[in-house]
Amino acid sequence: MKFAYYPGCSLHSTSKEYNISTRRVCRDLGVTLEELPDWNCCGSTPAHSTDHLLSIALPARNLAISEAIGMDLVAPCAACFNRLKTAQVEMTENPRLAAEVNKVTGMEYQGDVQVFSLVDVIVNQVGLDNITPLVKRKLSGLKVAAYYGCLMVKPPKLVQFDDPENPHFLDDLMQGLGAETVEWPFKTECCGGSLSVSRTDIVVKLANDILGMAKANGANCVVTACPLCQVNLDLRQKEAEKMYGTAYHLPIYYFTELLGIALGHRPAQLGIDKHIVDGVNLLSEQGLAS
Amino acid sequence: METINLTRLGWESQDFVRRVEAESEQNVRSCYQCGKCTGGCPVAFAMDVPPRQIMRMLQLGMQDEVLKSSTIWLCASCTTCTTRCPREIDLARVMDVLRGIAREKGSIGVPEVAVFNDTFLRSVKNNGRLHEVGLIAYYNLRSKHFLHDVLKAPVLFFKGKLKILPGRIKKVQEVRRIFEHTVQAGRERA
Ligand code: SF4
Ligand code: SF4
Repeated sequence: MKFAYYPGCSLHSTSKEYNISTRRVCRDLGVTLEELPDWNCCGSTPAHSTDHLLSIALPARNLAISEAIGMDLVAPCAACFNRLKTAQVEMTENPRLAAEVNKVTGMEYQGDVQVFSLVDVIVNQVGLDNITPLVKRKLSGLKVAAYYGCLMVKPPKLVQFDDPENPHFLDDLMQGLGAETVEWPFKTECCGGSLSVSRTDIVVKLANDILGMAKANGANCVVTACPLCQVNLDLRQKEAEKMYGTAYHLPIYYFTELLGIALGHRPAQLGIDKHIVDGVNLLSEQGLAS
Repeated sequence: METINLTRLGWESQDFVRRVEAESEQNVRSCYQCGKCTGGCPVAFAMDVPPRQIMRMLQLGMQDEVLKSSTIWLCASCTTCTTRCPREIDLARVMDVLRGIAREKGSIGVPEVAVFNDTFLRSVKNNGRLHEVGLIAYYNLRSKHFLHDVLKAPVLFFKGKLKILPGRIKKVQEVRRIFEHTVQAGRERA
């Protein structure tokens, strides 16, 4: 299995550990990732908030490069995935828009690229049946709140992936790796990612609601597939604790990190030592850090 | 509660609804005010006008009230409303269009969000990618939040996550070209 790999800006900075753990587990699972040459930012929410054509043309340049090297595209970041997929679908469905976009980019994208999220590739294309035989240690002792956020599962017409209100692919994966998953109602509540810098007050409240709900339902950690979610819940956790007078101590893991632990890697090999809220102690306590 | 003078809302305001419908490719007038969008909106608690009410105001052509609301800027683009609307209206897309029109009319309800968006896009235009340190520094300058710890830069720097200098893609001129042919061209809107 081979893909053009679109890490996106977060995975080169605030979410380095997602990049590190992604590359490591993909190697183990036989998924070859070739970084998309000279990729550019997808534009994220600031682009679609500003100009529709811009928001399609920025990802379209990446689609065109991917097409030129003859590979489908995989993106670990939920936000990048959502924007790349939007561009791909809109250009396929609307030839007039496609022509306009090609004029803007100066590239001839023909519409021959599929866009996948990394979690989709791992859960559905590699598949649990092929992952479980590779598991070196069960994630016993972890009580995981699987947190999907918005952009991986919504809007369903676009992403066409699992149930948008009660998704279960991360729960299935975690259970397959031997972890316990908790039932909780905030699986797809928004963390306010796009307001993280401009309206920290709102984001801290949303993070507090999500962390509080995970804790109340018995979780000892949270797992996510989105860098915006991870950064918000990790970076804002202390602030939320201070502002609301609580204590959570909930490590926020990327699904690739816990998968890497189950496949036998040490936390530092997966970048888990880079978290703000310590993610290594819980693993050590459960005998999963060696 | 503010009184709404319906006779004041003449043809001109109907042009506004039509424009929003054309640009968003959504049938705003099919909203039957069930309130599901507001019910599921994670940011409704902070908005001055909830999303359902924005839809009603659009139907009534209340351009100024809609464009000056904090709602269109605080909308986090989570697409929960889009996912749940029984009339299949893509509200998140409507919000995008409203932000565009508000900006054109110089009516920006929550300046921090607009400054953030501009700062982000400026970095993408200059480098082809987002440069977090530059984003934080420039955002603080522009928004005058000088001591704002927006992304907790020192902590992240210590963790080896942030680069001081921006990484620039090789063919940055291709990205600049995209900006020049879209936002900067002051493109005719649909
Ligand atoms: S969910 Fe749809 S139909 Fe219901 S109030 Fe909102 S926009 Fe109108
Ligand atoms: S997309 Fe915007 S308006 Fe709709 S639910 Fe999310 S934050 Fe609220």
